[in-house]
Amino acid sequence: MFGLKDDWELDVPDRYFSLEDYEGGTARWCPGCGDLAVLTAVQRICRDEQLPPERTVCVSGIGCSSRFPHYMKTYGFHGLHGRALPVACGIKSRRPELKIFVATGDGDCCSIGAGHWVHAVRYNMDMVVMLFDNAIYGLTKKQTSPTTPIGLSTNTHPRGAWLPPLNPVAATLGFANVSFVAQTVDWNPAHLYATLKVAYDHKGLSFVRILQRCPTYTKDVFTELQKDPSQLLLLTGGDSPTLDAQSAKMFPNQQAHDSRDLEAARRVADQTAPLPIGVLFRDPARPCYEDFTTVGLGMSPADKLKGLEREFDKFAV
Amino acid sequence: MSTTTTEAARARPSAAPRRVAEHIVEIVSDSGEGAQKAGQTYGAVSAKMGNGVWTVEIIPAEIKPPARSRAGASGIRVRVGSEAVTNTGDEADLVVALNEQVLYGRIEQKAYRPGTIVLLENKWATDPRDDVREAYAKALGEFRALGLDVREVPLEEACQKVAQDVRVGKNMFVLGMLCYITSRDLDKAFEEVAFVFKKKGEQVIRKNQDLIRAGHAFGAETLELRYEIPPRKVDRAQLVLNGNQATALGVMAAGIEMVAMYPITPATSVSHHLAGAFQNVGGVVHQAEDEIAAMGFAVGASYAGKTACTVTSGPGLALKTEFLGLAVMAEVPLVMVLVQRGGPSTGLPTKVEQGDLLASLYGQPGDTPKIVIAPATIEECLHFVVTARKLAEAFRTPVMLLTDANLATGVQPIPRPEVDADWLSPPLDQTPWQKGVTAYDWDEDTGLSPRPIPGQAGGEYVLTGLAHTRLAKVAYDPHSNQTGCAMRSRKLAVLRESLKPPVVNGDRHGDLLVVGWGSTLGSIEEAVARARKDGLSVSSLHLRFLSPLEPGLKEIFRRFRQVMTIEINYSDAVDAPHTGEHRRIAQLAQVLRTHTLMDIDCWSNVAGQPIAPRAIHDELVRRLQKNGGNR
Repeated sequence: MFGLKDDWELDVPDRYFSLEDYEGGTARWCPGCGDLAVLTAVQRICRDEQLPPERTVCVSGIGCSSRFPHYMKTYGFHGLHGRALPVACGIKSRRPELKIFVATGDGDCCSIGAGHWVHAVRYNMDMVVMLFDNAIYGLTKKQTSPTTPIGLSTNTHPRGAWLPPLNPVAATLGFANVSFVAQTVDWNPAHLYATLKVAYDHKGLSFVRILQRCPTYTKDVFTELQKDPSQLLLLTGGDSPTLDAQSAKMFPNQQAHDSRDLEAARRVADQTAPLPIGVLFRDPARPCYEDFTTVGLGMSPADKLKGLEREFDKFAV
Repeated sequence: MSTTTTEAARARPSAAPRRVAEHIVEIVSDSGEGAQKAGQTYGAVSAKMGNGVWTVEIIPAEIKPPARSRAGASGIRVRVGSEAVTNTGDEADLVVALNEQVLYGRIEQKAYRPGTIVLLENKWATDPRDDVREAYAKALGEFRALGLDVREVPLEEACQKVAQDVRVGKNMFVLGMLCYITSRDLDKAFEEVAFVFKKKGEQVIRKNQDLIRAGHAFGAETLELRYEIPPRKVDRAQLVLNGNQATALGVMAAGIEMVAMYPITPATSVSHHLAGAFQNVGGVVHQAEDEIAAMGFAVGASYAGKTACTVTSGPGLALKTEFLGLAVMAEVPLVMVLVQRGGPSTGLPTKVEQGDLLASLYGQPGDTPKIVIAPATIEECLHFVVTARKLAEAFRTPVMLLTDANLATGVQPIPRPEVDADWLSPPLDQTPWQKGVTAYDWDEDTGLSPRPIPGQAGGEYVLTGLAHTRLAKVAYDPHSNQTGCAMRSRKLAVLRESLKPPVVNGDRHGDLLVVGWGSTLGSIEEAVARARKDGLSVSSLHLRFLSPLEPGLKEIFRRFRQVMTIEINYSDAVDAPHTGEHRRIAQLAQVLRTHTLMDIDCWSNVAGQPIAPRAIHDELVRRLQKNGGNR
């Protein structure tokens, strides 16, 4: 009114989403569980990207971390143990516009669902796959997982795990058509958020291994890493996120890494002390399977009927 | 071309064709000799002429079995009739055999009778190898002792006169010979060959046509055999295809856009047909990394609003079981085509069985009511997919469609469907979700509820395989799981109410009612018709809905003194030791007993073969004679 021009208006989007719009049921993870930090990071990405909740789908398998979709206020699919990836790929196959986050654990992804892990990476469909790696089966109460450190006592190996653990990032970098592999930790929110954000921005399957603390069953597994940041190697440059100066200062060990160099990525991935965090590899040019599975999407009924008659003709006598 | 036809016919004017109502021919050979292509062409020509046709391939389990081996029989059977043909029939009237060893396998399978004419390649009589000549001579004696009318024919020698490479040309020569024997229209054979070899070019087409012509002339000059199978009038356009091709067309006609599969015999060829054609109607085949992933992919696509289909066989069903349970629990519409083969385990991959009924109905942990339907004909293979997709969406549930190896590989002419846009899936609903409606807003009376599709604002929910409330919230309380199970069960009860009681084939009361399901329809009805002609009081009934069962069964069964199922799955023989009243019975019989509390008997086997009408007829006669005096 006073002094304002008639045509002045604030350019407000029809809908604005705040964090609350992504907050589902109260998380029932144990106090101190690393999953909570990941949940918060994903909700922030959704808010920052203004993802409409109805076009966002969180898919999971079974396990503690697979409760993830229940705590988001988006569409969700809490399916079968080990089978999050085929479901996520199926959703994406004919609905490429949906944004997909997959929550899977070390048992879910690297053990019972290992076959799907190999192939989903090869399909390279656009989604963020978060491996919540707490090095233990939590929901079923402390059984050895493929990433349990050798010697750690569990209910299935009370005298200590027998075999050396599997390295999820090194394994993923060995799969055909891999396009994005990153590693981060739940206890550094800045790095966690920034890494997931880069993963979200990548078109293709972004595989992010998140070292995740389990206060109940593997409370000491990551303690050293957490207490002594020099045991982590912050990857810089390339596609790795740039941390603000203050956050970056926390990491005495840093290394410039060319994330477009697969061989370099494999060398870095094999390293466990110090443990690399950041983007190990990214290739935006790898083919995405949905570019093939969406063939004919939106074909009109009339065209479908025409096509069908032509198919009938092939069998006509 | 037509002049050649007349010339050939003129060459032996004395051979007046014998008119028959139907004729069964087999071509058997080592694999790779093209018998199947010859037989398929012969079947297509017959269908084009207006005859009823049923073609079935004889497939060895191995890709390249050793030559001249009993188990390596590869080939094809074609039953041609004046009327519609609904099954593979009894024993063959005529066999063309490219070597004598492969006949043994078929004899074991009771494919021939005394008097079956065998045109046997005679080059083996003069083979340089002693053992081959001996085997040939021995077989000749044995076949004749069985009553087969073996006629030695110099097929290769005659074929050599026109073909450079006999190995690849002999099948077309045989086709020409068969066209002579059963008075097929040669022009139609030429047309068919031109179509089949279209991609290979003019020269190949001409060569094959020359071979057919030569085979035809050879028949006219040397064989004392000629039949005529008058065609019926066909008033509708027809498609000639097998059950798997029909299923593939059904998927397309249903407007399904996604088929996720993993290779498994005998289901895979559904995907083969789709792989080429599907994108012409806006669909895509996903070959997954395993059976479980194929099912998961289909469930994912369906959850996202694109009702998908997965195609598998017994071992694949076993692997998909957990996802099937999830689809029931979380009410995900989905079509699962199960092309049954012999079991258990890897079983008989290329052979027929109806052994997965109970696994389909009850194979998942917990209570998993779902819709299970079984097409009984090749035509139904097409139409039932369309029905299945609609039922899946209307009832928010997976629908299983059970076919089998017999339907999958049998080839038959069917009326060309007249498809309209209603058959196709509706467009994706992306309108905002109605406020106040929950994700599982079960109607207490019907168990039905509307389903939110990702993209519908306000409908956000988390699908879970855990027990859940109407809000899709995980719930471990005693009430919620009871309610969820009741709601899912109620949907089937509601569907059952909407179905009509099945129609009895024959009198609505009598001494014996035969109940069947799936691919045995043709054989059962043919056998029942024969038995009724003999004066036996027998009728039959064929179920298409196995879950829920069609209504009114008890009322129908009461009007018969005996009710029995005929199925291709295992049951203990009546006189099997140690069984007595604990005899294990066939699968549908078990289901019907539970359903009706009536004493329902069965007759079944797991020989891996379609049950021939004669075998059924014999069993009907045996039963009715045994129990005939009871009245």
